[in-house]
Amino acid sequence: MMLHRRQLLAAGATALMLSPLGARMAFAAAPTERRFVFIIQRGAADGLGIVAPVGDPAFAGARGDLAADFASAPKLDGMFALHPAMANLAGLYRAQQALFVHAVASPYRDRSHFDGQNVLETGGVSAYQLKDGWMNRLLRLLPEGDKGLALAASVPMALRGTVEVASYAPSSLPDASDDLLARVSAMYAGDKQLNPLWQEAMATRMLTGDLGGDGGKKAADTGTLAAKLLSAPGGARVAMIETGGWDTHSGQRGRLGNQLKGLDAMVAALKAGLGPHWDNTLVVVATEFGRTVKANGTGGTDHGTGSVAMLLGGAVQGGRVQADWPGLGDAALYEGRDLKPTTALDVLIASAVSRHFALAPVRTAKALFPAMTTAAGMEGLVRG
Amino acid sequence: MADKSIALNRFGLGARPAEDPGADPRAWLDQQLGRYAAVPAMLAGQPASGTLVAQFVDYRERLAQLKKAAAPAAAAPPAAMPARPAGAMAPMVAQPPVVQAADDPTETFRKQFGQQSRELYNGAVTARALAAIQSPAPFAERLAHFWANHFAVSGDKMEVTNLAGAFEFEAIRPHVMGSFRDMLFAVERHPAMLLFLDQAVSVGPNSPLAVRAGNRPNVRRNLGLNENLAREILELHTLGVRTGYSQADVTEFARALTGWTIAGFGRGPAAKFVGGTGRPGDFVYADALHEPGTRTILGKSWAQTGEAQAAAVLDHLATHPATARHVATKLARHFAGDDPPPKLVARLEANFRKTGGDLPSLYRTLIASPECWAPGTVKFKSPWEWSISAMRAVGTQQLQPNAVPGLMYQLGQPVWKPGSPAGWDDVTGAWAGPDAVLRRVEAAERMAQRTRDQIDPRARAAEMFPEALSPATAQAIARAESNSQGVALLLVAPEFLRR
Repeated sequence: MMLHRRQLLAAGATALMLSPLGARMAFAAAPTERRFVFIIQRGAADGLGIVAPVGDPAFAGARGDLAADFASAPKLDGMFALHPAMANLAGLYRAQQALFVHAVASPYRDRSHFDGQNVLETGGVSAYQLKDGWMNRLLRLLPEGDKGLALAASVPMALRGTVEVASYAPSSLPDASDDLLARVSAMYAGDKQLNPLWQEAMATRMLTGDLGGDGGKKAADTGTLAAKLLSAPGGARVAMIETGGWDTHSGQRGRLGNQLKGLDAMVAALKAGLGPHWDNTLVVVATEFGRTVKANGTGGTDHGTGSVAMLLGGAVQGGRVQADWPGLGDAALYEGRDLKPTTALDVLIASAVSRHFALAPVRTAKALFPAMTTAAGMEGLVRG
Repeated sequence: MADKSIALNRFGLGARPAEDPGADPRAWLDQQLGRYAAVPAMLAGQPASGTLVAQFVDYRERLAQLKKAAAPAAAAPPAAMPARPAGAMAPMVAQPPVVQAADDPTETFRKQFGQQSRELYNGAVTARALAAIQSPAPFAERLAHFWANHFAVSGDKMEVTNLAGAFEFEAIRPHVMGSFRDMLFAVERHPAMLLFLDQAVSVGPNSPLAVRAGNRPNVRRNLGLNENLAREILELHTLGVRTGYSQADVTEFARALTGWTIAGFGRGPAAKFVGGTGRPGDFVYADALHEPGTRTILGKSWAQTGEAQAAAVLDHLATHPATARHVATKLARHFAGDDPPPKLVARLEANFRKTGGDLPSLYRTLIASPECWAPGTVKFKSPWEWSISAMRAVGTQQLQPNAVPGLMYQLGQPVWKPGSPAGWDDVTGAWAGPDAVLRRVEAAERMAQRTRDQIDPRARAAEMFPEALSPATAQAIARAESNSQGVALLLVAPEFLRR
C-alpha cells in the first residue's frame, strides 16, 4: 500500500524538513538502522591500478611501470592484488567486510567525464536523460525519517530530486549571529526555492553543533564528519561523499597512490566514527568509467570503460573479489583499448541497496535505474 | 519597467554606489563594449607567463641540484617530464609530513617557492577582483569571466597554479571584443592550456623523436600520445559533447596536435629537441614530436604538414555549425536562464554563423533579445558573481591580499581551480545548496560589519534594484537593528542572490 507520508504527519517542527514537493512513498515499514554511503570517485578511477589482476598473463606487459606498485601488494586471491596504499581496506577484506567487484561499468559507453558522471548519478542510460538522481529516488522508497545528506557545499546530482536533501561541508567562516539568521528566515519565508534550502541549513546547523573549524580539509576528517552526521539521533541514513583527483593522465603512480591513501583514511575514519553502526553500514565506492588498459606515453592512462567498484562495511558479505573476468589480452579488450565491462554497475548497486534496506528488489531496481535491462539481480552481496 | 535593474544585475555585476544606467539601459550596455579595457590599471603589473614559466623551470632545476647535493651517492632516477613532486596534485590528501629536519635546504627552498606561488596566486586573484569591482564596464567584465570559464584551466595542477591568472590576462582578455577564432587560437597555444591538458608532453608514436628512441624502453616509456587536449577542444571548447565526433576523431586530432608544445619546459629525452627555439613558456612547434602523415578528422582528410595541420583543424572547428550552437547555448544560458529559450539560442547561433564568430555581434544580439530581459530573476549567482556584486554594493576600494582567495575558497568556487576543464557549472543546481546559502550569510555579515554603519541600506537597495525591490526585502532591511545588519540582509536578499 502506498501512502503519501505528508498526509500522515502532524504539523510541527519535523514538517519543516519536508520539501513542498517531497511526497515520499513509503514502501519500507519502519525507520531503519541501516546506513548507506556512496563515495563517488570523480575523474575516472583506474580500476586496474586499484585492484590489479596480477594473475592475468597480459597484466604486466600492458601496464609497464604502473604494475610496479603491486610487487609488494597484498594478494586478494589467485588473480587479484590490492594497491598497497590501502592498508585499512586490506584489513577490511581480511575481516570479510570488503567486496571488490571488477570489470564493472554503468551503461555509459563514451568517454566524457561529465556525461559519464551524469549517467552514474542520475541512473539513466544516457546523459541528461533523467533529471533527478538515483539516491534521491532511493530516499523516496525509505521511511520518512531516513534523511539524505551530501558532504559537499551543494547537493550533487545523485542526490538531487524531489526529496529535499541537506548538504554540509565544514566552514571556517565565523558563525553568523542568531539574530541575523532569524531575520534571514523571515526574509526567505515567501521564497519557494530559498525557504526549504534555508530550513535545511538551519536544521543541519543544529545537528552538527560545534563542528566547523578547519575539519574536513583532509579525507579522514571528511570521513569522521560523515560518521558524526550519520550516527546522530535523527541524523542522515543515506550520505554521499565526493572525491576528485582520479583523472590520472600523467604521473599516475604517485598520484593514484596518494588518492588511495586518502580514500583508505577516509573509510577508516568513517568506520571508527560510526562505531557500532558500522555493522549496519554499506559503503559503495564507484567511478564514472575506468581507464585504458595500456599505460600512455606520459606515465598515466587515458579515459577507458570498465573499472572496479567497492562494497565496504559491516553489512557486506566480503572477503572476495567478484568478477566475470574478461581478460586483458588484446582480443579481449573493449574497442581494443579498455577493460571490457562484464558486470553492470546499476545491477550491482540496485541489488546491494535493495537487500541492505530490505526493499523489494525489482521495484527498487525500477525506481533507481528505470531503464535497467537485466532482470536478474546479484545475490550474496549484503547480509540481510 | 525594471530594465535598469536587469542591466545592472543580470548583464552587469551589480551596481556600484551611484551607478545609474540612465534612460536607455540597452545603450548603456552597448557603450560598455567600447569602454572595455583588456588591460585595466589593476592588471598592468601582473607577471607575464614567460616570466612565470622561467621561474618554475629555474625552481625545478635548483631543486634537482639541491637534492643531488644532499644525496651525492644516489643516482637520480630518470624523471618524467614535466616533473611533478609526488602528491602535489592529489586533492584528497594533504602533503606528506616533512621528515627532514627544519634546516634542510631542499625543504626550505621548496617552502619558499610554495610561499611565492601563493603570493602570486593571491595577487592575481585580487587584481582580477579589483578589476571587476571597479570596472565602469561590468557587462564586459562579466563576459571576460564567462570566456575564462568556457576555456577553463585549473590551477590545482602544479605547473598551472602560477599560470592560471596569466592565462586569463593573456589569452582571454585581449580577445573578448574580438573573434572566437582568435581567442581559440590564443587559448590552445597558451602554456597554461598546453600544460594543463598535457599537450606539451604529447609525442607522436612515429615522430622523429620516438623513432630515434627506438626500442630503448627507458626512453620510450615517457614518449607517447596524450589525447587530453584534443578531446577537450572538441568536447568543451568548440563542437560540444555528443555532436557526432568519435573516439577515432579524438585520437586523430591528438596526432595532428603533436608538436604543439612550449619552449623551455622539456626535460629528459625530449629536452634537446624542444626548448632551444624560444623563451621559456613561448609556444613552439617541435617537428621532432609531430606524428607524420595525413589525418582523417570529422570525415575530412587533413594533408597539411607540421604546425599547419592542427591549425587547419582548429580553423575548421572555430566556425563549425556545432561550435556556433554550443557557444550560443552557453551564452543564452548565462543571460536568459538555466534552460535557455530555443529562439534565443537560434538567433545567437545564426549570428555566429553569419559573422564567423564575431563576439561583439553576439553580445549585441544578447542586448537586443527580449528573452534576456524577462522580468524577475533568471539565474542564481555563482559564488564569484555574488562576491563581486557584494563588494561593488559596499563600495570596496582595497582588498587584503588573501581576502578574495579565502572567500572564494569558503564559498566553494576557488578562482581558477574548477578542478576540471569543463569549468564551473552555470546552473542553479550547482550553487543553490543549504550550506552554500548559509556561508553567504556568514560572509555577508562579516562584510557588512566592515562598513561600520556608514551605508544606508535602504537607499543602497533602491539604487541597486530600481523598481525591482520586493516588499519583503525592503521590509526586512527597514526593520534591521543597525545599518550594517541591513546591509547584510541586502547582500543575502533573494534578489541579491539571483540576477
